[in-house]
Order: sequence, then C-alpha cells, then structure tokens
Amino acid sequence: MSDAALKTPKLDELEKGKWPSFVTEIKMAAKKSPMARDLLGQLEKSYRDKLGYWKHGGIVGVMGYGGGVIGRYSALPEEFPNVSHFHTMRINQPAGWFYTTDSLRKICDIWEKRGSGLTNMHGSTGDIILLGTRTDQLEPIFSELQKIDFDIGGSGSDVRTPSCCCGMARCEWACYDTMAACYDFTMAYQDELHRPAFPYKFKFKFSGCPNDCVASIARADMSIIGTWRDNIQIDKAAVTEYAKSGMDIKADVVDNCPAKCMEWDGKELNIENSYCRRCMHCINVMSKALRPGKDRGATILLGSKAPIIEGAMLSSVLIPFYKMEPPYQELKDIIERIWDIWCEEGKNRERVGEFIQRVGMGNFLDAIELEPVAEMVAHPRENPYVFYEEYYEEGDEEEEKES
Amino acid sequence: MAKTVDEIAEAMFKLVKDAFGQKKLKPMDLTKAMIELYGDEVDKKMCKEAIKQLINSGRCVYTYFGGSYIEIPHREGAAND
Repeated sequence: MSDAALKTPKLDELEKGKWPSFVTEIKMAAKKSPMARDLLGQLEKSYRDKLGYWKHGGIVGVMGYGGGVIGRYSALPEEFPNVSHFHTMRINQPAGWFYTTDSLRKICDIWEKRGSGLTNMHGSTGDIILLGTRTDQLEPIFSELQKIDFDIGGSGSDVRTPSCCCGMARCEWACYDTMAACYDFTMAYQDELHRPAFPYKFKFKFSGCPNDCVASIARADMSIIGTWRDNIQIDKAAVTEYAKSGMDIKADVVDNCPAKCMEWDGKELNIENSYCRRCMHCINVMSKALRPGKDRGATILLGSKAPIIEGAMLSSVLIPFYKMEPPYQELKDIIERIWDIWCEEGKNRERVGEFIQRVGMGNFLDAIELEPVAEMVAHPRENPYVFYEEYYEEGDEEEEKES
Repeated sequence: MAKTVDEIAEAMFKLVKDAFGQKKLKPMDLTKAMIELYGDEVDKKMCKEAIKQLINSGRCVYTYFGGSYIEIPHREGAAND
C-alpha cells in the first residue's frame, strides 16, 4: 500500500450513525500500525469489488498445540504486503472476564509490538481475540503471553475455551460458583483444549442462574445452568412494599408466570413450587422480595449449536439437578463417556447434539450409562408412526380383552 | 504383548506419511487404525500418548480444514512467503 492518503469512501459509510464503528477504531490504529493501514485498504477493496480477499491458513500454530491460531493470508499480498499474513490468535480469557489494568496493558503491549495492535474484546467464543500477526511472530507471542500467565485458547475440533458469567463475584442470583467451575474445567481439560481429537468442536458455558447471561443454552454443547430444587424464598413484607409502591403484582408477575404457579389475592403471594419452571421472571421483577431457593446447584444440558450442518439447536436436559461441588467428578465421568461414544461413532463435523439426533436419545443414554428421566423430554413426541406392540409381553393382549 | 508408545507412534507416523496428499486423517482415525492393527495390544490412552509424542517432536502437526487433522509438516498452498 502506498503512503498516499488512503481513501475509504465505502468504509466511511460504516462510521455514520450513533453506534461505535470498527472502522473508526481501525483508522485510529492505522496511524501507527502499517498492518492496520493495509487492512483498511484491503477491506475497502473488498466492499468495492464485493469480494472477500482472505485465504484460509490451516497449518499455522504454535509447537505442540492444535488450536488457538486461526490462519489468514491476503489474496493480494503484492498490493497489501503488510497483511500478507494476518493470523488471529485466541487467548484464554480469565473466568468472568475480570482483569487488572496492568494485565490488559501487558497484553496490548505484546500485541502492538508483535501484531497489528487490533483486538476484539471479546470474541463470540469469549476469548481475547488478537487480530492480525505474521507466522514468524506466533511463537514469540506465545512465549511472552506465557510469561504473564496467559495461554492460548481453543479452536478447531477441540474443547473450546470454557466461558462463564461473572457468577458469585457480582451477581446475587448465582446458584453455584461459575468462575470456580469454569477455571476447574479449563484446567482439567487442558489436553482436550489444546489437542484436537473430537469429530468437531465442544463448548462448555457456565451460567449461574436460569437468566443464563452467557446464553449457554443456545451456544454451548454442554450448558451448565444454575438452579435450585427447593422453594423460592419469599420476603412477604417486601412483597407488600412492592404492592404499596404501585406495582401491579397480578399483571406484572402472576400473569406472566409460564407455569401459572403463583397466586396474588391482593394481600399475599402464594407460589406452588412444585410447578415452578425456574424461569426467574418473578425473581427478576421483584428482586427485593423473591430469591432462588437455598438448595442450589445446576441443571446440565446438552446439544446446542448454531446452524452449520443441521439447523440451530438449543440444549436439552441431561441431568435435572447436580450439586456443583468441586471436584465435579460425577459430571466429569459422564463427560468422558459422552466424548468416548461421540469420538467413536460421530461423523466428521458432527456436533454432539446432531449426533444424539442421529443415533436417538435412547441409544445415546444407554451408551453413556444414564437412566432416562422425564425432565429429559424436550418436547412431546412428533412422530406418530411409533407402535408399541413390541413393548407388550405375551398374553398382555388377552388380559386386556378379559378386563 | 502390549505395544510401546514409541512403536504406536512409529506406526501412526507411517500411516500419516502414506496418506499425505491423498487423505487427511483425524486423531480418532489413527486411534481406530491402531486398534484394528494391534487389537488388545494397544488402548486409546496409549494412542493419545503416541499422538502427543508425534506432535511434540514436530514429526507431525495439527492442521485445520473444516475439522482438525494430523499431517506431516508441509508448506500449505494458501501461504504467502
């Protein structure tokens, strides 16, 4: 790219309006980073020509690791030599995304020295995304990151970097310590994170309560969502206070309950807890009066994914209630069994949810040695062509006729 | 008699080398091939160790083309030198 003033009329359109613009950020970086400057040039050309000019690199990485580096090369290296290599690095974020400013400065210093200086905090995976570096800089970056206690995250057919909500660090609804669990699982599955051995990716996301702030039910193969199994805690005086201050408890709380398990007679709020679906609506609306129960843990769900081979899927229940206490051994044993059967029988690029759909939930449960329970039923049966003759014992039919 | 991790790694390397340019092999393909070749003399844990050895020694590398594979190091077509 020449040093002449870079004209980017197409990209300039993306700076208009009231929203923050990535173009503005890249332009700022371009004042001191030749890589960012060539990135603007190539991007402008892409918008003008309606063509992408990136090539995928499938072999770049750091020694011993199979994930964490996503290779990118420019298809126009003569025109934009500074982005001829433009690899992305995924760095394992701290649980709950808590940093000191010092550690952030150190990451940025490394990246300004050895990469484009452009970051994405954070990518949809949850990782720290460092955008744009050369192949010969990968090992030095890895080494410098290790010195400040950061490691590369997951990519490819491996365990992706586990992520969690801020949990007990900031949120009163957290039903288990999401940050501790996320850290524990990250450390326990280092091999699976760095050495891809699965048919496709496998994601863990930890949410402290059913509000599911990290959207684990839609985005994680294994969604671990906090819940409780006793009664919602009620502060009756606080409920009265809400009513006095003008809240329409019937319209705003009771009528919006999906299980219709609440009653408000104008004086007292009653909850039939056995019907509660743990949706958190009433607790969110009357946060001073209602709280999750005291017997807390998590529901373990399996199978969500974005649309690639099959359409998008939400996770469905695998274990209705699990006391999330370290070292989470029972859960880890089940995970190992899931990986065993999925690795053995799964097709290339088949997510675990798709695998379950293909082999059938019954066969899958048999393989992972888990008893079926009613909570696992995601929705009523859709296929009417199921016949139950094979379930009848000999003589059952005659008994029915007689009766 | 059980095979050693070194022997498994060697057999895996041969497979990867022979398949180069024709078929991309995933780690599970290698494990299944070893179990088929050596039967009870190997197990999944040993195969995992053998793969680790191949990668750590640099004789093989992980690659990504829609999924993760194990290949011998090579210059990829997309690379800009």
